[in-house]
Amino acid sequence: MSKTPSSRPLVTFDGVSKRYGSVTAVHTMNLEIYEGEFLAIMGPSGCGKTTSLRMLAGLEEPSEGEIRLDGQRINEISSIERDTPMVWQSLALFPFLNVQKNVEFGLKMRSIPAEERQQRARTWLERMEILELADRDISQLSGGQKQRVALARSLVTEPRILLLDEPLSALDANLVVRMQGVLSRLQKELGITFVYVTHSQSEAFAMSDRVVIMSQGQIDQIGSPKAIYRSPASRFVADFVGANNILSGSVIGTGTELSLNTAVGEFRCQANGYEAFSTGDTLDMVISADLVQISMEDPGTQNSLHCRFISEEFVGSIVTIFAELEDGSDFKVQARQRDLASMSLEEGVAFFASWSATDTHLISRGQD
Amino acid sequence: MSTKPSKNILLRGYVVLVFIFVFTPILTSFVFSVNSDRFPTIPLGHFTTHWYETIFADPDVWDAFRISGIVSITVAILATFIGFCTAYTDYRYNFTGKALYLSLALLPPTIPLVIMGLAMLALLARINMSGEIYSIVVSHVVLCSPFAMAVIRMRLAQIDPNLESAAWNLGASNWRAMREVIVPFCLPAIASAFCLTAAVSFDEFAVAWFVSGLNKTVPVIILEILQGNTDPQINAIGSIVFITSMTLVVLAQLILMRKTINQTTTGI
Repeated sequence: MSKTPSSRPLVTFDGVSKRYGSVTAVHTMNLEIYEGEFLAIMGPSGCGKTTSLRMLAGLEEPSEGEIRLDGQRINEISSIERDTPMVWQSLALFPFLNVQKNVEFGLKMRSIPAEERQQRARTWLERMEILELADRDISQLSGGQKQRVALARSLVTEPRILLLDEPLSALDANLVVRMQGVLSRLQKELGITFVYVTHSQSEAFAMSDRVVIMSQGQIDQIGSPKAIYRSPASRFVADFVGANNILSGSVIGTGTELSLNTAVGEFRCQANGYEAFSTGDTLDMVISADLVQISMEDPGTQNSLHCRFISEEFVGSIVTIFAELEDGSDFKVQARQRDLASMSLEEGVAFFASWSATDTHLISRGQD
Repeated sequence: MSTKPSKNILLRGYVVLVFIFVFTPILTSFVFSVNSDRFPTIPLGHFTTHWYETIFADPDVWDAFRISGIVSITVAILATFIGFCTAYTDYRYNFTGKALYLSLALLPPTIPLVIMGLAMLALLARINMSGEIYSIVVSHVVLCSPFAMAVIRMRLAQIDPNLESAAWNLGASNWRAMREVIVPFCLPAIASAFCLTAAVSFDEFAVAWFVSGLNKTVPVIILEILQGNTDPQINAIGSIVFITSMTLVVLAQLILMRKTINQTTTGI
């Protein structure tokens, strides 16, 4: 039961690079993964997240740097000798073996006697609530059942760390949410480290203690889901995560609040935490779409914008409004359906978007 | 299937016609093999197993079947093994000259059999290896391995590339993963390749004729009987050869088809 991960790193990536010919997939990566934490590595395809995971599993060898497991260098230790089981995107279940035999595989490779093997496999099948499927062929299972078999197969050897490579990407939305629950609960119950690679923000944020955002082979930011959501460290993260609006500008005044000039007007941001900025600095201003209020009249506050309504996307109780600013750039607002009922928004209608000076997040230019 | 019934019947009829076209000569041969007349003429005489009795009374024919049996089974084992290794190399590794490697591996069946037989004889005679049973085996392995490779390669193309990695990840060594994952996955193709190569070897005449010396295989003895006299013995022996090869080929197809329908890939 370890929601609060211990501070001892179980895995350390120490300046790890991976090159394929002239292509650098992972570039001097430094990362510590703690015992008992649920860590998500997230990024667009080709960002190096899967390569990092494969290096940890021993399926790729780092070109440079050192990977340590429990303080021991493991670069040269083959995948076979590491106990770093992986749940694959394709699940990679053995189609010619039944469910029980799939789960037993890892134990068989460790020369565990048949009787104990069966016993342990059944324990895990029961734990994953699929004991009744033990004698089925893999081809007879549904997507969710296959997931559970794959998890049981990886966990049956009772490893200290489980690697997951986008395991939910092939499931439909409802099942994804259910399996997220299964994975979260499992990780908490077992107290082992989960390293979860995904391109899905909702999966990463829903389950993990910490999220690593990668792009172009490098780590952009490491932090709790909330920290990453509210205080993206780079323009890339701000773009990649959530529904952020980004306005570029420069500092024109300092004090308890910073004054910022952009192409669409002047705005204020509380200076607390941004003391490093001085007049003349260029920066990106990030305004999360869910922190923006909209009104038909000018609210008269410092941070308001004149927008023109383009379209809306209705997802349950939350509506995302797509609008255009005076300079032609896009602006997004997320609001509750209920709050919009009184407004007659249709294409071309002008409205005001406003936000508080404390909800403005700043990113220095040149940081990414 | 929403085709009109009339069109459907037409199509079925066409398929039947094609099969008649292909199988009539073989069927005719079979009919005359159980016909009492010395010459293949119509009207037919009465039913007889005389011609079968005649050939089975001939120790040379027995000998030929024995040699063909030994050769085709040995060839099937060796060719399937070599074919599997070649297909696996292709699946697993990337190296410079891979295209050349593959085209060389697939080349033998494209060489005219007479040329191949002659070349084999020239080589084997020079190194004092011609005229023995193993001479036929060696030549047929060269001829058959590409078929085995093609069949097994098709199966490997369907494998989830992570399957082998998953085995390593679960603690299987390279050899163990081969034994526990790759071979079981390819088993239908391996069995199919075995039947197919056995059939090809059992049927093959030209190369065997060149290198067999006194160890005549069935197709070689057929020609010999044919040269000596033309009686329905040929039809009898031909029917046996046909049934043997057809059984093997159909078996190969069935094994492959059943498995591919059951479990196309690992699925998601």
